[in-house]
Amino acid sequence: MSRLLSEQEYRKTKAFKVKRWYRGDKDPYIGRVELRPQKPFEEDVNTQKKRIHDEAILQRNIYDIEHNRKLMMFSKFYKVISVLFVFTLIGILLYMVSYLPPVGNAANPDNNEVATKYIEDAMKDTGAVNIVTGMILDYRAFDTLGESNVLFIATCTVLILLRVDSRSKKKEEEENDRLYEPKNDIILQKVAFFLVPMIIIFGIYVILNGHLSPGGGFSGGAIIGSGLILYVNAFGFKKIERFFTQKTYKWICFVALLFYCLAKTYSFYCGAHHLETGIPLGTPGDILSSGLILPLNICVGMVVACTMYAFYAMFRKGGF
Amino acid sequence: MKVFQVVLFIFLIVCAISVSFSKNLLNSIIIFMSYSLIMSIIWILLESPDLAITEAAVGAGITSILFFVTLKKIHAIVAVEHDEEKAGHHRHDRKGGAK
Amino acid sequence: MGGNLLANYGEAVAMILFGIGFSNLLLQKNLIKKIIGLNIMDTATYLFLAEKGYIAGRVAPIVVDNVTSVEAYINPVPSGLVLTGIVVSVSVTALMLSLTIRLYRRYHTLDMDEISTMLKKEDQ
Repeated sequence: MSRLLSEQEYRKTKAFKVKRWYRGDKDPYIGRVELRPQKPFEEDVNTQKKRIHDEAILQRNIYDIEHNRKLMMFSKFYKVISVLFVFTLIGILLYMVSYLPPVGNAANPDNNEVATKYIEDAMKDTGAVNIVTGMILDYRAFDTLGESNVLFIATCTVLILLRVDSRSKKKEEEENDRLYEPKNDIILQKVAFFLVPMIIIFGIYVILNGHLSPGGGFSGGAIIGSGLILYVNAFGFKKIERFFTQKTYKWICFVALLFYCLAKTYSFYCGAHHLETGIPLGTPGDILSSGLILPLNICVGMVVACTMYAFYAMFRKGGF
Repeated sequence: MKVFQVVLFIFLIVCAISVSFSKNLLNSIIIFMSYSLIMSIIWILLESPDLAITEAAVGAGITSILFFVTLKKIHAIVAVEHDEEKAGHHRHDRKGGAK
Repeated sequence: MGGNLLANYGEAVAMILFGIGFSNLLLQKNLIKKIIGLNIMDTATYLFLAEKGYIAGRVAPIVVDNVTSVEAYINPVPSGLVLTGIVVSVSVTALMLSLTIRLYRRYHTLDMDEISTMLKKEDQ
């Protein structure tokens, strides 16, 4: 070993700690953070009796509102106050609306130079025919990156909340899930056989034409996600796990978000849209035009489609 | 066109009020789904087709599917409890969430 | 009272929907209905924004025949804002529904009052 530091000094350095954390030798949270798993709902005879007793007391003391003057007063007071509050709120807001400039007037103050700039320059700057897409994926692309990350973080949180860990419980959950549901329904399967490819092709069309026609990454991704959900409903989770598992989800999201970050870093490094980025914009109206917008649309579409399917699978059986 | 828009707005308010007053959760979710569809038609009338297509796919499609799955999760748990009751476990019948 | 209430009927409807959603949040005891109320409030806000961007007699901001004058298209800024909002609102809904499922697994009820009484009893 040609290490300059001795072993003990090396153990104090940050590099060693990072390496240890990376290898997973020591979990930094154990012993420092209060980790207490939620207890499952279990009861023996005594606690059950106590619970029934408690519930009787609850029924008598709290839900029997007619004999509990204080609670009755409070609930009435609360209802009256909330209704009054809501009506006052609506009144104030309507009063405000009556002073707003009339809708549909071109001289309104919100149609200012920002909108003018977007409408006049969007096609020249970004090459996108659909001005809204050019705006959200080029001028305000950081916003959309944050939004994709919000979706990703929401999936992670749902995964934390609804994940089922042990294998036996997972099996139980799956059986429970389809208990009162017809399995292998022939009508649903035949309909899905024709509908799913069309839905997915329509979703791909909406994503690829995001810069030419209404739509884009979000709506196309949601359409593909609903196609996948229909497929799962008709054919079950076993069939879809042949081509879509948690690993696929992880890799698709990772690659899409990373590509998004790199593409946007590159374009901001080149001075947003004012300098030459070296990417030809093409003729507006062609499918291969408008520079980075088409690949970014595809990335957002993939993230959204996977997220929608992941929400569904997590709600159904706690993991996929 | 203006009359059509006003009619749609009235539908919207009726849907929103009947969501609050419907006793059955399934009914209120279906009413909310139709609320989203009416909303997407209004957005076509307001000349924003981007929003219309996104609302139809996300609001009426995915959100309602998630609500339905949640409802099913809750119903499923209640049904299993009834099964156990039949099997002789005298479990106190609790108020399920399906009301 | 200003005189534009009847001309701004779309915005007025958005405000009424906001109030209905808020009353759902305040008065309903069922958690799922509370979530629906929050969704109604979301859409009311989006409706207000979309009404702000609408200009009568102009078409959607998709360039046709290379016409890029301001007089041809509506304001594209609210559309972009609302597009972001819709997708965020669906992830918020999914998060809240998963929390609801967790609460149901623990307390076997969706009633907010029952859950809070049980919580109070657990603390003692």
